[in-house]
Amino acid sequence: MTDVELPTYTAKDFASDQDVRWCPGCGDYAVLTAMKKMAANLGVKREDFVFVSGIGCAGRFPYYMDTYGAHTVHGRAPAFATGVKIANPELQIFLVSGDGDLLSIGGNHTMHALRRNIDINIILLNNRIYGLTKGQYSPTSEVGKVTKSTPFGSLDEPINPITLALASGGTFVARSLDVDVKGLTLIIDRGAKHKGVTFIEVYQDCNVFNHQTWFYATQKDSRAENTINLEHGKPLVFGEENDKGIRRNGDSVEIVTLGDEFTEADLLVHDETNLSQAFLLSQLYYPEFPEPIGVFYVDDSRPSYNDQLFEQVDSVVESNGEADLQKLVTGSNTWTVE
Amino acid sequence: MTATELPPEKPTNHSDDSKVKVLPSVSVRFCGDSGDGMQLTGSHFTDEVALAGNDFATAPDFPAEIRAPRGTTFGVSGYQVQFSSSEIHTPGDLVNALVAMNPAGFKTNLEYVEPGGIVIVNEDEFTKSNLKKCGYEVGYNPLEDEVINSQYKICRVPMSRLTRESLVREDEDISVKDIDRCRNMFALGIISWLYSREIDSTIEKLQHYFGEVKKKPEIAALNERAIKAGYYFGETAEFFPSQYEVAPAKLKAGEYRRISGNEAIVLGLTTAATKVHKSLVYASYPITPASDVLHGLARLKQFGIRTFQAEDEIAAVMIAIGASFAGQIGVTGTSGPGLALKSEAIGLAVMMELPLIVLNIQRAGPATGMPTKTEQADLLQTMFGRPGECPVIVVAPSSPGNCFHMAIEAVRLSVRAMCPVILMSEGGLANAAEPWRIPDISKIPDIEVNHPVATDDDEEFLPYLRDEETGGRPWAIPGTPGLEHRVGGLEKQDGTGVVSYDHDNHALMTKYRAQKITKLQDVIPDQEVEGESDTLVLGWGGTRGSILTAVSLLKDRGIHVATAQLHYINPFPKNLGEVLKRYKKVIIPELNSGQLRMLLRSKFLVDAIGIQNLQGRAFFAEELATEIELAMKGGGE
Repeated sequence: MTDVELPTYTAKDFASDQDVRWCPGCGDYAVLTAMKKMAANLGVKREDFVFVSGIGCAGRFPYYMDTYGAHTVHGRAPAFATGVKIANPELQIFLVSGDGDLLSIGGNHTMHALRRNIDINIILLNNRIYGLTKGQYSPTSEVGKVTKSTPFGSLDEPINPITLALASGGTFVARSLDVDVKGLTLIIDRGAKHKGVTFIEVYQDCNVFNHQTWFYATQKDSRAENTINLEHGKPLVFGEENDKGIRRNGDSVEIVTLGDEFTEADLLVHDETNLSQAFLLSQLYYPEFPEPIGVFYVDDSRPSYNDQLFEQVDSVVESNGEADLQKLVTGSNTWTVE
Repeated sequence: MTATELPPEKPTNHSDDSKVKVLPSVSVRFCGDSGDGMQLTGSHFTDEVALAGNDFATAPDFPAEIRAPRGTTFGVSGYQVQFSSSEIHTPGDLVNALVAMNPAGFKTNLEYVEPGGIVIVNEDEFTKSNLKKCGYEVGYNPLEDEVINSQYKICRVPMSRLTRESLVREDEDISVKDIDRCRNMFALGIISWLYSREIDSTIEKLQHYFGEVKKKPEIAALNERAIKAGYYFGETAEFFPSQYEVAPAKLKAGEYRRISGNEAIVLGLTTAATKVHKSLVYASYPITPASDVLHGLARLKQFGIRTFQAEDEIAAVMIAIGASFAGQIGVTGTSGPGLALKSEAIGLAVMMELPLIVLNIQRAGPATGMPTKTEQADLLQTMFGRPGECPVIVVAPSSPGNCFHMAIEAVRLSVRAMCPVILMSEGGLANAAEPWRIPDISKIPDIEVNHPVATDDDEEFLPYLRDEETGGRPWAIPGTPGLEHRVGGLEKQDGTGVVSYDHDNHALMTKYRAQKITKLQDVIPDQEVEGESDTLVLGWGGTRGSILTAVSLLKDRGIHVATAQLHYINPFPKNLGEVLKRYKKVIIPELNSGQLRMLLRSKFLVDAIGIQNLQGRAFFAEELATEIELAMKGGGE
């Protein structure tokens, strides 16, 4: 990206001419709004954006952005996005997909995109249900979930997307809420500027098949008590009255009430660069704990896969010299027939 | 015969010429344990025959096991080479000479030796325990079997002992292990002498490899001594009935190199990338027998090649499609089992109407099957093995060298029609090698690609507006201002490319996707036929060598057939139907149960006769000739 002056965009410039076909009230609308706002202000030309998705309700996302886009096959969007990035590293790539797509059928590809630190932005719209196939439980559904495919309750333990992303080597791992367009826009913007893989889980409401699944974390009356905002360098305080905090207790953490016994100085201070602390925070679950929202972990020191790839190409070109195709095709072991 | 005395180290002058018998063609097979270096030995010998000006064809025969327990039959690795004073196309059916480094090799390879053929064995390895390891009865030694001795010329050479005796120097501290590793070079020396091939070039290569590359000049010296010792042994031991010579072949003048099918694909893809002025992204998951293409391309970064070892077969093809979407040449390589995994994604590329090159280096299946053996049983999978009406371009090279040309063709056709192409090679081509006349790269034409740019702001860009001539859609790539558009797996409306569930539109788009492949008939060569007859022997892919050899055997018997080899399977050449109608009989040999025959019967209503081999190996020319003759007499089915 050079100094060429960018057109001034508004969010509207990123809206395609397609009617949005998500169910009214779907959490995806909020993400679309946040995305368009972010895109208008990112400082990237519209033609350099590529939106990639897999299958599911979230898979329709690229159709609604007036950028280059690819709606691929189920679970394989991370691989497609990887191909786009290594073919043209100048492109700004967003992968928007759901929990079934990215964690079930495409779990393998998500893990590998993370460990390679390929410079793409993965936005996981987690609604804990299969919406497009009309309501089966997903890999993030809670145990005992009663759905059409599990009339007596699901048996499998849900996967934790944040823990998975951290364990896979993600270098920007965050969580946000569909109801908080402002916060979401900021986090996506920060993630987009991160050099390396970005993984943002969004608590998203499916108001048809899994309505209110995140209400404990997203509603005005419950949010302050059940979530905790992560801010780098700040103590972990939460609660309607900002009267509670998270304190380290041996290998784990505990909730304490601020007052005579404990002050903010006793609390855990959020450190985005501390991987083991990020793991610990990723394991806080409602209702025992408030669930952290914000950036869990950032590692800006690891070079991205694509940067390394092109450095390797450059160094090979430097050491091997100009490519001589005829010489290559001829090889070193020839004979002549008169 | 037994040799017990080591010959004097200094050779006498060249053998008495009167003892040299001239043969038109010879085939030799080297076999031994996987760790005995048989592939390398065969490869060096092939270089020697190449330098002597012979035409040649090679075929490795190795186990899927990397290091099976030493001395077992399933750990045997073999390498066959035929060299000739005239043009040849196969490594030969039965060999004139076998070199067996151990009893397991002897046991599993004796069946490939012609009656009366020479069998040179490392006698020292025929110990009680080794014989037992490969399943011979206690007390039995096949070398002493009267029947075997009456059928073959068994030459018992104590190679282990002779190698040690000729390599050990009192003033040098060399491990027995290093010395024993040189036994293959001792064997190569014997064979080189037996067939009057020069060993100087091999010695140079050994010195270069061990001395300069591996920085182990002492190992280079050992190998040199071993090959010389073997050569002088042959010369002075008066051990063989005769020495043989095969005159140089009259090949077309030019500069030649040896090439295998997989090497040719690597060079072909690299050339295509240069000619289309793009980078090539090769994403692949390791699989036999396709991995060598990944290995080969991985070294060529300076040619704009970006290789990617993906996490699985599906990721590999998706990365390639992503790369094509972004404007480079996306290629993925695999074998039949991997192609099955990629099928949904190939359908995506068909719907997105993007170029994509898929290599299917077939092996014997189904499932894991016989990974190191050859077969042509993926034809129907390649043609139809995808959900929905999902046609792709299919091409099939017919020889190792031809893989170069067909790889370039694959890229050319794919970018022209904006459609995936599957190039079907075979294990039998991938690892086989032949002399290849080196092409002049500057004479290979450029591959033209036009990416659209926005012209008029008011004009709506139509990503699915077809080119009348090619039927393809515009390849607008991300980064191009004003052409932002979305593609995907959902059905597209003609022209605009927006999602459409309209029935008539689906029928139309289905038709368009097939039509643009048919349109390629205008830019592929018509089917050529060689020979005059009312019988046509029609093959596809790697059977060409066996068919040509069988046809020439028939000619010697006064039987004439015409032959043709299909390189383009979807679309078929424009004149194919007309060609087929010219013959009373059409005979189709395939390494499957009749897949091309099924296609041709359904498309052209031709009552073709099939000849099948389902053993996971190439046709033997002799058996094929016999079957063709039978079919001509009204036999066959």
